Amino acid sequence: MSETIPITIDGVEVQAKPGQTILEAADAAGIYIPRLCYQKDLVPFGACRVCTVLVNGRPQPACTQPVAPEMVIDNSSEKVQTYRRNIIEMLFVEGNHFCMFCEKSGNCELQALAYRFGITAPKYPFLFPKREVDASHPDIFVDHNRCILCARCVRASRDVDGKNVFGFVGRGPHKKVAVNADANLGGTDAAATDKALDICPVGALMRKRVGYAVPVGQRDYDTKPIGSDIETSKAK
Amino acid sequence: MAKPKVATTSLAGCFGCHMSILDIDERILKLVELVDFDKSPINDIKKFTGRCAVGLIEGGCANEENVEVLREFRKHCDVLIAVGECAIMGDIPAMRNMVPLKECLDEAYLNGPSVYNPSGQVPNDPEIPLLLNKVYPINEVVKIDYFLPGCPPSADTIWQALTALLGGKPVELPYELIKYD
Ligand code: SF4
Ligand code: SF4
Repeated sequence: MSETIPITIDGVEVQAKPGQTILEAADAAGIYIPRLCYQKDLVPFGACRVCTVLVNGRPQPACTQPVAPEMVIDNSSEKVQTYRRNIIEMLFVEGNHFCMFCEKSGNCELQALAYRFGITAPKYPFLFPKREVDASHPDIFVDHNRCILCARCVRASRDVDGKNVFGFVGRGPHKKVAVNADANLGGTDAAATDKALDICPVGALMRKRVGYAVPVGQRDYDTKPIGSDIETSKAK
Repeated sequence: MAKPKVATTSLAGCFGCHMSILDIDERILKLVELVDFDKSPINDIKKFTGRCAVGLIEGGCANEENVEVLREFRKHCDVLIAVGECAIMGDIPAMRNMVPLKECLDEAYLNGPSVYNPSGQVPNDPEIPLLLNKVYPINEVVKIDYFLPGCPPSADTIWQALTALLGGKPVELPYELIKYD
């Protein structure tokens, strides 16, 4: 078996390692593929589809698609960017995202992606669904209004924390994160130190009493677009 | 040559976006050289005096008067700009969209913990604009040409957009000026 697998991303030849996904190979090569549900160290899930690329002309999620020899990958055409922009816009309108008072604002990956894509307003009508906040736990809360169903908490709680606190129930617009207790989050053994708490990309799963700790202007994406860490690793 | 006219209004908003307009500081003097203000709370002109190049709209549509004013703006302005998150997505006023209107009114005028209302009446004077069933982002009511996000958008964002438009250039916001908070 050969050591590396040659693939092409946006016309650049990349030597991928066997077993890598497209997204992992791109990361290693300093090429940023936008993503939301993917998180290094968690099992890829393919839920959000923000990482959609065209593989030999066909749309595929880069986070779950393993590399294969001679793949020609389009990560930047207008067509690909439009898929992604539309997904990001849909995520905004199908929840209730009030960034102006969200504790995560400035550190939020969904918002940061919208900034990176230059989205000033979603083109779809806002749905304003009725969703709940579960603040029953003394140290943490879940605000379903902001949940984008990325399953990062589900995977982290299961595979890293070993607690299986979170899971999904329902389908379609009724799908939501549920907890492994009869009533609510307060009845689980979730703790503020859990990996699941670190890993939520948005302001859905949050620690209490730490909000707004970092001033505006110094937050993660205030000056640098999301993904620029990966892109600058290429320059080095 | 007559200067182009700019009109502004606040629908269901808090006037924070207008504060941001004023926040362009001394550049406002330059702006006054470039444009005339038409209908606007800044000069308190209540009715359009003529065709406007640009209309700046703060706030969403929460009542029938908001809709009427918005339609007037669309009629009189060449370019309409949604300024701020209330205009773009309804924002804080739109938090009532998750609650039926009757429940909102009952809470505000009958059941709220600080309410003193011995007559038990919900205000219903014909002078009061009727509330809509929910708060609508303005692009769901009329066509909007540009969106300036933020709560409020920074003075720089507003300045950037206005000067681009008045200079006949497309409105393009750099990364630092796109903010939702
Ligand atoms: S989770 Fe992100 S996108 Fe949603 S309201 Fe908070 S900052 Fe905005
Ligand atoms: S709570 Fe956060 S981590 Fe969990 S599914 Fe929702 S958005 Fe993802």
